[in-house]
Amino acid sequence: MTIGTTTVDTPFSGRARTGGLTERRGGHGRGPDVVLRRARRLLLRTSIVILVLVEVVPLLWLLISSFKTNSEFYTRPVWSLPKGLYFGNYVQAFTTGSMAIYLRNSAIATFPALALTVLLSLAAAFTLEIMRWRGRNVVLLVFLSGIMIPAQMVLLPLFTIYFKIGLVNNLGSLVITYTAAGMPLSIFLLATYYKSVPRELLEAATIDGASIYRVFWQISIPIVRNAIITVALVQFFFFWNDLLFSYTFIASSNRLTVQTGLLAFTGQYGQVSWGPTFAATCIAVFPTLAIYLVLNQRVIKGLTQGSLKG
Amino acid sequence: MLGPALVVYTLVLLVPILWSVAYAFFSGSPVTGFKFVGVHNFVELVHDPSFIQALEVSVKYALAVTTGQVVLGLLLAMLFHFYLKRASGLVRTIVFFPVVLPTVAVAQLFVKLFQEAPQNGLVNSGLQALGLVNWERDWLAGPTAAFWILVGMDIWRAMGFYAVLLYAGLVDIPVEIFESARLDGARGWRLARYVVLPLMTPILVSATIFSLNGTLKVFDSVLALTQGGPGFATTPLTLYMYNTAFTYGDYGYGSTIAMALTVLCLVATVTIFRTARRDVTA
Repeated sequence: MTIGTTTVDTPFSGRARTGGLTERRGGHGRGPDVVLRRARRLLLRTSIVILVLVEVVPLLWLLISSFKTNSEFYTRPVWSLPKGLYFGNYVQAFTTGSMAIYLRNSAIATFPALALTVLLSLAAAFTLEIMRWRGRNVVLLVFLSGIMIPAQMVLLPLFTIYFKIGLVNNLGSLVITYTAAGMPLSIFLLATYYKSVPRELLEAATIDGASIYRVFWQISIPIVRNAIITVALVQFFFFWNDLLFSYTFIASSNRLTVQTGLLAFTGQYGQVSWGPTFAATCIAVFPTLAIYLVLNQRVIKGLTQGSLKG
Repeated sequence: MLGPALVVYTLVLLVPILWSVAYAFFSGSPVTGFKFVGVHNFVELVHDPSFIQALEVSVKYALAVTTGQVVLGLLLAMLFHFYLKRASGLVRTIVFFPVVLPTVAVAQLFVKLFQEAPQNGLVNSGLQALGLVNWERDWLAGPTAAFWILVGMDIWRAMGFYAVLLYAGLVDIPVEIFESARLDGARGWRLARYVVLPLMTPILVSATIFSLNGTLKVFDSVLALTQGGPGFATTPLTLYMYNTAFTYGDYGYGSTIAMALTVLCLVATVTIFRTARRDVTA
């Protein structure tokens, strides 16, 4: 039996062509083996199809249901296609459901927090990774331990503080909380990137007379630009999808974020008004879907990277 | 330059953590005022049936979801790597998508899937179409069914994440190892058991720790899907802590529960880490 070209090739180039594990046994067995192999391939194909269906069908159902009139839900099977594109549900989600206000509130809370957490984490990661000073490992450890601590551990004191200084029901409370909560992971990711920056580059600049701030702003930031985008992307999903903090700190209906707003809306109308509920849910999904459609590979890489610290 | 980050981090995370620990020795809330009660909260904790129940829900949920996420994730990763090869890109992208969806939206979708009144959702309609009318029910109203729907939803949401994570680990294994294992006659189940699993142990341990830490802290999905009900059948520690503090106004006892949760996460992490190390050296 030959191993073929696979060993000299990169893992994928060789095996993708030949069909890999199952096929190369072909020269070995005859007759019943072929039947077995066909059956196995069929089984695999079916499981892949089922897998994709399980992931996609509920989401498709959500989308088509958002275009149905209320009477359609009662008169026709729930899996039928809508008779036409009925946008009334979306109108209702935006008017009675004030989804536009929720979207705006989420943006007000998310984007300043993103800018702050990225900027502060960048400066911290630069100091911790590029500059050499005593005790930096301890500080790094203190930051990283934040990844482990459950949010429940800070919830009550934060609520007390925000209550005392009048930040409850103010989106500012979310900006502050997100900024801090985003730091451990951001610092960890950015520090990893800074580690791979050639030190000679930064040292050369220092020798040429650039101050440490100039090295930070004008030399290091352009180098880690990609990392910044990844970190911002990952944190966007965490901030935008946050429920615990916004549910705790925000109660007045015109300050709700998309998540708490959707929760309130479905709690109020969800049981009976199916169409508007589906429409509101679609609206809540849309921003993340849009970003995912454009940047999915980067999102996947960024999100999985963050968990590989172990 | 470290200054601003350190200040924000200290004020918003470190100080509140210590503050929470201090709260555990008091009873009351900012509204009613606080009273020093010593270790009373900790004594109450071990005698509190609601706490025990919430602990059970948390542990059962975490074990079920972590098992599902890691096992299905590994199966998917092997499917991607050994059978789909390069063509797996699209499938990976699709399977990963629910990971980035807002929990409330996913939960609302699942509520609708399993709803009965005033209109059947997809599941009940499907059962009806198959003639299984007896099986139709208000799924989320049953304690057992509600728990497993919650488990299923969170596996559905996150298995793509673990699939991609473990796939990255599989790709890193040199192809020659699989080649020679196959020459030695290992394939299918035996290849998975004696070649893939041992080589993947470090990343599987990371994934398990990560998953346990996430699932023990579950809050969003519970709140959005079942609000902890029916009864307390799906109330984990996080929600019990939330209700204790904000519904019953006892910050002290709430903080005690939060501490118990933190300890639980640490114990789980250390245990897995220790066991894994013993497995590798043995």
